[in-house]
Amino acid sequence: MKLRKNIATSENGFIFNPATGDSYSGNAIAAEILSMMKNGQIAEEIKATILEKYDAEPNQLDKDWEDWMLQLKQANLLDE
Amino acid sequence: MEKLKYERPLIKKMNTGIPNKFGQKAAFEPVKYIDEVPVKQLIEKFGSPLFVLSEQRIRRNYRAAVRAFSTRYPKVQFAWSYKTNYLNAVCNIFHQEGSWAEVVSGFEYHKAINNGIPGEQIIFNGPYKDAEALNLAIENGSLIHIDHFDELYNLITLCKSHHKKPKVAVRVNMDTGVYPVWDRFGFNYENGQAWSTITKVLESGVLQLAGLHCHIGTFVLSVNAYKAAASKLCDLAMKCKSQHNHIIQYLDMGGGFPSVNTLKGYHPSGADAIPSIDEYAEVITETILNAGFEKDDLPLLILETGRALIDDAGYLLGTVVANKRLSDGRKATIVDFGVNVLFTSFWYEHKISPAQDATQHTEETVLYGPLCMNIDVLRESVNLPLLNAGDHLVVHKVGAYNMTQWMQFINLRPAVVLIDKSSNVHLIRQPETLEYLQTPELLPDYLKIVHG
Amino acid sequence: MDDNTEILTVALTGLNATDNPGPGLGVIRALREEYPKIRIIGLSYDSLEPGIYLHNWVDKTYQIPYPTAEVGLLLDRIKYIHDKENINIIIPNFDSELYNFIKIAPELTGIGIQTFLPTHQQLEARDKANLYKFGEMHGLNVPTDIIAYSAEDIKKAEEKFSYPMVVKGKYYDAYVAHTPDQAQKSFYYLSAQWGFPVIIQQFIKGTEINISCLADGGGKAISIVCMRKLYITEKGKAWAGVTIDSEDLTELAQKFARATNWRGSFELEVMRDANEQLFIMEVNPRFPAWIYLTVAAGQNQPAMLIKLTQKISLPPVPAPTTGKMFVRYAWDHIVDVSEFQQLTAFGEL
Repeated sequence: MKLRKNIATSENGFIFNPATGDSYSGNAIAAEILSMMKNGQIAEEIKATILEKYDAEPNQLDKDWEDWMLQLKQANLLDE
Repeated sequence: MEKLKYERPLIKKMNTGIPNKFGQKAAFEPVKYIDEVPVKQLIEKFGSPLFVLSEQRIRRNYRAAVRAFSTRYPKVQFAWSYKTNYLNAVCNIFHQEGSWAEVVSGFEYHKAINNGIPGEQIIFNGPYKDAEALNLAIENGSLIHIDHFDELYNLITLCKSHHKKPKVAVRVNMDTGVYPVWDRFGFNYENGQAWSTITKVLESGVLQLAGLHCHIGTFVLSVNAYKAAASKLCDLAMKCKSQHNHIIQYLDMGGGFPSVNTLKGYHPSGADAIPSIDEYAEVITETILNAGFEKDDLPLLILETGRALIDDAGYLLGTVVANKRLSDGRKATIVDFGVNVLFTSFWYEHKISPAQDATQHTEETVLYGPLCMNIDVLRESVNLPLLNAGDHLVVHKVGAYNMTQWMQFINLRPAVVLIDKSSNVHLIRQPETLEYLQTPELLPDYLKIVHG
Repeated sequence: MDDNTEILTVALTGLNATDNPGPGLGVIRALREEYPKIRIIGLSYDSLEPGIYLHNWVDKTYQIPYPTAEVGLLLDRIKYIHDKENINIIIPNFDSELYNFIKIAPELTGIGIQTFLPTHQQLEARDKANLYKFGEMHGLNVPTDIIAYSAEDIKKAEEKFSYPMVVKGKYYDAYVAHTPDQAQKSFYYLSAQWGFPVIIQQFIKGTEINISCLADGGGKAISIVCMRKLYITEKGKAWAGVTIDSEDLTELAQKFARATNWRGSFELEVMRDANEQLFIMEVNPRFPAWIYLTVAAGQNQPAMLIKLTQKISLPPVPAPTTGKMFVRYAWDHIVDVSEFQQLTAFGEL
């Protein structure tokens, strides 16, 4: 689940995929997770950080993480 | 440290060449109250899904429509189109406001009678009126609108045994510039059949030709089509006077005025925007007033507007069951109301609002109903805030046709409540129960035991 | 002149200087020439309308809701923009948005934004579907047509006039059909694209001339500039053209202005046939994309429109200079993707 190299992210939550030329916008939490992923953090670390910071249920976050991975895969942002 | 509000992470592709969303934010604003009653409270008390009708809105719509016509024309009468919504509470709101009843079947005819409507204030339309109801209509002096020759001759025969001379109208279909022409109902103007029917009625000696009727279509966005229709009806009425010295008492322009819903696959430009009821009133009344009737012969103008009077007074409340992501990456949301309940989702792109606060992030979503059937799709694509299971939704403008065309299928049909002008909530149709549904069922004895 | 120096804020649409260009950039260029300090607010529908990214020409751009959205949303969005930009005048440049802008014009006036637009009746009268009837009523030549709601109606057209015929979409696009097959294909394509009706028009062979006009709403065309198309793109748009002047053309434009009491800009698409007869093929209720040529001809129609809007009386215009040519060219403008992201996400740039 490593993020592709060279993915450009901006403070505003914009993402540019230089491999495909596509642009994406994300919500604040998406930007936060992306930056953690860029720093090479693994899923468990990221989830723990989110749970600590936000009022999320672990079950909810687990469901949403599944969905998040699908979104990244769909957007061609993962290096597999 | 207090934790921040969580929202699921979301990225969205920034597309080129698709409509932008700016200026449309209002569409995602939560609707937490209907006529000052909290949506949440309604669902807690009456269950989900739930149809909600606003009495205030119904009466306001009705009065605005009456005003639009009666300020322009001296003799106006509305008749409530039962098929649009025949819950008795709804019908009686219209009847209290002074509306007659417009029915299209024996079942609806009886409903109107049971609601206390005098026979002579019931307009009986439609291609099939069963013998029992037709006899009753003759007996009660209702206005019978003839749809085809078989009906005409049938009626002439029936009259002979009744020794009554029922008031009838001839339903006319015509080319008004709106297509397809609804030529399956009534007699055609252009090919002379309408006139030939009028002559037959007048010469029958047993029928009183009281009116002429047309109903040119549904969701008719062209004001000019009504102008064409009114002018053709007036032409026939004038001809009745000049050739038979017979005065037509009323012109029934039917219904067909659109509500402010969006038809599926219909991408109007501003020019096709929905005209106001005043614009329809203006062309219809102007056409009749300028047709050349003598002052005393000016016919009563009857309108059978249904959809435009009630659509925006109806809401459907529901609840999110689940979220999922489809194989092609699209988001899907499952809700607890399906196409069997929201029948109009087959032809409308209903506006749907969240019923609780949400952030400004939205996601393109396929909205599925709860039925285990592939056809149960409410919106192929709708922009909604990030919803979670248990969140509530409000579907707008569902007052017309849903509470009559809904189907009991897989699930039971939900309750309907009416909010009165003081924001009191009245249950006007209970949710269906298994017992209610099984009452007419009969089980042969040998099938009563399943484990021999 | 005083009014040349005061700061004027004009908002306009039609920034799509693409292969089928909108008039926006031409209008801006004309306005900047007359009002050097003018502030131009772009109103865009698509995120790739080139004008958005041409910051020398457009000071700031806002996305606005599509004409298909409720008109109330447009008004809300304009109010939002007005709060920030203090707009004096709006010039809509698309046919399909005009109905909505006319509808909200009184509210715009109420908040201090002026427009100079035709009425809904005037707009309707020149609609493709009504143009033939309109021509008949006012003694203007318009090719015979059939208003088609089904492919069956092509037969009616075959009876009325022969091939080739022109099949036109309700709002845009037209194809010349030489055979029933082509006519049918175009009919299905155009009805799917633009809805009903489809207009099937008699084909007129001749010289294409376009006339850009500005009328005062009282039956008079104040400025009339005629352009003969020299080169036409696949989509039938002029790629090069030259100003001409001829009495019958001017008279035709005046006659149209008189018959309609047109208010604001319009473009007549005219065909001159072998017998020197003029036919009105179409009337566009706005400036043409080649509007800057009117400046070259000595009649700055966009600037004149501003003055009409401000109720400033206009001196009589000299005859347009003939022999001025335009040759349109394409230019690859370079921007960073972040500008596109910014606009798409926030609707402003």
